Formats: sequence, C-alpha cells, structure tokens
Amino acid sequence: MGIYSKPVVFAVISALVILVGTVVTVFVPMFMPSTQPVSAYVKPYTAIEQEGRDIYMREGCNNCHTQTVRPLRTEVLRYGEYSKAEEFAWDRPFLWGSRRTGPDLNRVGGKYPDSWHYKHMHSPQSMFEKSNMPPYGWLAKNRLDISESFRKTQILGYGYTEEQVKQQIADYKTRVTAPDYESKTTRDQVTPEALQGELTEMDAIIAYMQKLGRDVKAMEAQQ
Amino acid sequence: MNDTGYDYSVVRGFAFSALFWLVIGLVIGLWIAFEMFNPALNLTPWLSFGRLRVVHTNGLGVGFGLAGIFATAYYMLQRLTRTPLPFPGLAKAHLWVFNAAIAAAAVTLMAGMNTTKEYAELEWPLDVGVVIMWVMFAINVFAILIRRQEKQMYISLWYLVSMTVTIAVLYIVNNLEIPLNLYKSYSLYAGGNDANVEWWYGHNIVGFIFTVPVLAMFYYFLPKATGLPIYSHRLSIVSFWSLIFAYLWTGAHHLMLTPLPEWIQTVAIAFSIFLIAPSWGSVVNGYYTLQGNWEQMRTNYLTKFFILGITFYGLQTLQGPLQGLRTLNAFFHYTDWVVGHVHMGTMGWVTMIISASFYYMIPRITGRELYSVKLANTHFWLILVGQLAWTVTMWIGGIQQGAMWKATNPDGSLTYSFLDGLTSLYPYYQMRFVAGIVYFIGILVFTWNLIQTVRQEPSTAAEA
Repeated sequence: MGIYSKPVVFAVISALVILVGTVVTVFVPMFMPSTQPVSAYVKPYTAIEQEGRDIYMREGCNNCHTQTVRPLRTEVLRYGEYSKAEEFAWDRPFLWGSRRTGPDLNRVGGKYPDSWHYKHMHSPQSMFEKSNMPPYGWLAKNRLDISESFRKTQILGYGYTEEQVKQQIADYKTRVTAPDYESKTTRDQVTPEALQGELTEMDAIIAYMQKLGRDVKAMEAQQ
Repeated sequence: MNDTGYDYSVVRGFAFSALFWLVIGLVIGLWIAFEMFNPALNLTPWLSFGRLRVVHTNGLGVGFGLAGIFATAYYMLQRLTRTPLPFPGLAKAHLWVFNAAIAAAAVTLMAGMNTTKEYAELEWPLDVGVVIMWVMFAINVFAILIRRQEKQMYISLWYLVSMTVTIAVLYIVNNLEIPLNLYKSYSLYAGGNDANVEWWYGHNIVGFIFTVPVLAMFYYFLPKATGLPIYSHRLSIVSFWSLIFAYLWTGAHHLMLTPLPEWIQTVAIAFSIFLIAPSWGSVVNGYYTLQGNWEQMRTNYLTKFFILGITFYGLQTLQGPLQGLRTLNAFFHYTDWVVGHVHMGTMGWVTMIISASFYYMIPRITGRELYSVKLANTHFWLILVGQLAWTVTMWIGGIQQGAMWKATNPDGSLTYSFLDGLTSLYPYYQMRFVAGIVYFIGILVFTWNLIQTVRQEPSTAAEA
C-alpha cells in the first residue's frame, strides 16, 4: 500500500512532515527581530566577564540556577524586575536554565558586594549552614587563563580591539589587587598568597555575577 | 522464518553496552541524588553536581537509551525485512564508535567541557563523532530497507525511519557552533534564538529517542510477546503521522513566561494539547490489543512490563501538556515536579519497554532460555515500586516548593526565603535517594538475569 512499501519516499515525506513545525516556530523566528531584540543599553561582556561566564558554563552552574525572572508578582518580589528580551542579545549560548535548585541569578549583579561572593563561593555553608551548593573555593587557586580572551571576544562579535581587551584585563586586575579594594580582606582570605597579586578564576566568575542584570536597569531608567 | 544469515552479534553487543551504561548512569544518579541533601560528596571538581548531572543525563539518555534502541533496531530491522544486515562490519564499527564516544563524553563532561545546552552538552569534536556514528547507523537502516524481502514496512519500521531522519536534523541544527579550540565552542545563535533552537531540540530529542523508537519496540515486541496482533492498523497510521507532525511545534512550552515571543509559546501550548490525541492513540491501541486476554497480566511475565510501560507513557503524555499550560507552568516550572515528570517517562515507560524487549530478544538471539522468570518478576516489582516512590516523592516536593515560592503574607511580602524552600525539601531528597536504591537493585537483578542467561549452555528448544 503506497508509501509503506517505498522506504525512501517514506523517509522524504516524514522529513517534510517534521520540518513544517520546525520552519514555522524555529527557522522563521530566527529572521524576526522580535525574537532577539537589541538595545544600545545592553553592552557586551568585558573580556573578564566573558571569562567568568565560561567558568560558569564549565562548572554547569546552569544546572541549578536559572537566569530568567518571570513576569509573576512573587517572582518580581523575590528577584527584581522581570527579564527582558533585550538583555540576552550577547548571550551565546543562552543560560536561562530549567531548574531552580538555587535561586535565579538574572538580577544578582550589584545585589551583594564582591566580598559576599568571595565568601559564598569559598564556602556556601559558612553563610547558609544548610545550603546544598558545592563549595567552589578551588576557583581561587586557579590562575585565570587569559591566553584566548581576545579570540573569544572576536568570535562572539563584541567588537573590541586587542588593546581594549588587554586594558579591560589590566584594569580589573588593578581593581581587585589594589590595597584599597573594598573586598580586599575577604579576597585575601580565600586566595592563596601566591595568587593574591594575580587574577584568579574566582575573580572572573564574580565579575560575571556582578554584571548580570545591570545594563537593563539603565535601559529601563531611560524608558 | 529462516534465520540463516541474520547478524545478531551487534544486537548482543549493543544490548550489553546498554546494560553497562545503565548501571554506571544510575550509580552517578544516586551520587548526585545524595549531593542534593548533603554537599559533602562534591569531593573534587570532577565530582561536583554541576558537572556530574550532565554525565547522568547523557549516560542514561544516550548510553543506555540509545544503545537499547540500536540493539532492538538492528534486531527488528532484520526480522521485519526478512533480510540479513547489509553491512555487518559497519554495524560492528558503529558499536565501537558508540562506546568510545560515550566514554569520551563522560570524561570530557567531568573535565568541564560543556556547552550547557541541555542534552547537547558535548563539545564540537564529539558532536562530529556523534554525526559520523549516526550516519553509520543510517546506512544500514536504509540499505536493509531497500534490499528487504518483505514488501510492506511494518509500523515499527516507520518509527525507526522517522527517528533516523529527525534526530539528524535536530542534532545538527542545535549543535551549530563556532570552535574556539578543541575543547570549547560558542553557539551560533544568541539569546532568545538560542533558547528557541535549544528547546525545539531538547523537547524533540526526548520525543524521538524516548518516544518514537520506544514505540517501535512496543509495536513489535508487544504482539510478539503476547501472540496477539495490534488492535488497529488504521489507528497506528493516524497516530504515527499526527505524532511526528505535532511534536516539532511544542518545544517552546519549556520556555513559558520567558522573554521568548509570546506567539511561539502559545503555538507550543496548542500543539502540546493536541499531542495528547496521537499519544493516546498508541496507548489505546496497546490496551485494545490485549482485549479478552487480560489474564496475561498474571500468566505472561512480559505482558505486564508492556502494559505498565504504556500506562506510564499515557500518564506522561497527559501530564506533559498540562504542565505546558501557562497557569500550571507558572506554578510547576523550575520545581522538582518536572524532575518527577521526566523520571516517570524514563524509569517507567522507557526502561519497562526496553527491559521487556531485551527479555524477549536476548534468549532468542543467543539460543538460550531466560535464566529466571522469577528474577524477571522481582526486577519488575522493584523498578515499579522504586519508580513510583521516586516520582511521587518529587511531585509532592515540587508542589510544596512551588507553593512556598508563591506564598505571601497579608501585607504582600514573601513568606519564605529561597533557602526555606530548599531546605524543606531535604526529607524528600532523602526519600528519593532511598527510592533510587530500590530501583537500582531492580536494575542489578535485571542485569544479573541477562548475564546469567547468556552464560548458560545453549538450549535446543530455543528458536535458533
């Protein structure tokens, strides 16, 4: 009977059948600006923030933390303003997540000082005794690898020159190693002495945490 | 039927690979289940939850699930076409490439090489390996169908063809990425587009690995094991085409209330509700196949695996679309309810059907009697009880969690901190761990039973 005895025809027809929904809901939206709008207020990640984002991905933080605040009353109360599409224009890949074993992080930038993050990354249980978050103190024992930082920003289309990337890294290093850095005491407590004058993976992931959700505040202030 | 020339060595190889990765994947599952209420097991970066969770999902979804699918597919393809495997050497190479890829996947994921796109976490060199492996499989699938001795393609073959084509499309589109070096790449898509592509993939990879080929097994092995023909051929035609058509529209129900354009979410809801019909088409077809012969639930040890399996499939495909509704999704999304939902499908439906298919197939391809029907029954009850305790615990935990996130005081402020919600779940996590142990023991019984089966002397009575 018909196509049930013609395997190649059958394969072609079944491919066409699955492509209908694919084209309408996935391929066509790729060419619609509304799927991923852009805003001049939402800036690309700096080289350091991007390094931090890569560490976030490497450690699979997205398995427990989401990065989308939904437009629900209690959610806005808990985390802050709900997420806007423009915020994610530079996110490759997206890190919205699917499970909240830990809280949402899309509005965590600026919520706590760096010292809070150093302490919490080092030992979540020292701040919240019953937290089940794995301790990430070892991130402070790893010198940050910046050998590919510039190429990363090139691939991601951030538009920085090599000098700008070097400057971003140097600036951040100056900031966290300065004697008057406001989180110096905590940073020195969790960072091995040999690395206190260097950038560590811990510094980078905290830079990324502090970036999350910040630009959108400027965008909304203008609207 | 004359069996001469059928190549069963690759069937056997994939079947035992499936069992191996099943045991490994469950050990890792138990490990991370323990980490959920006691972080002390995060001993090294390689064993931290964020890295191990993806080893668990990939190890079981691909290592166990896909190996079980390949094993049964190579068997069904030869039987249903009455044709020997066209390229047995290629199939053998496929088996080796597959196992090497899973081992490499486990090591690289533990080392933190992780794209973070769910169920597509492997970095690009392994993606290339997966595509090569898939082509190796597809060549045998299409070659055997073209050379086949049996004019009509049976239902199971439709599902296998559809899986072969669709998985290729899904995997390639979602894994388009720009390499930085051998160990890292960046997705081609940004933000909302990346999310949309990922969940189109994520939803359908589950559909075309955990549903479509498992239905192929169901439609083949249920009639074989019970001696009863499928109730309605017409119903299976309607179910097949409407299932594969509607599935691809529904991915965005994983992105409900995110910044993804609302129309994509709404279309996904509509098609999700529609999907109940073709899913239940197969459920009804399964139940009616047994009509008048329900005593087989007692007398035939395999029948209850198939019927319970399809029942969990039916519940799964009701629960899924309901979770996709905006109001319910607002409550359940991001909670453990969804974790329970997924595990009913994998621990209930997928494992039940693969178990029964192996019990039917392995004695026949090795010319031996099953070592112990009694152990098979023990296996059945242990995984049934383990799975129910597991999923029901997570559902209750998920409801509690969702309610605590939403609870407000009379003045409108939040009643519970995030940590209150998390720590109140620890008793559920401990119960879930115990349920997982029960389930794991059932799987060990299953594995033991099949190992003992092939270690016996060949029996003359068995089908050659």
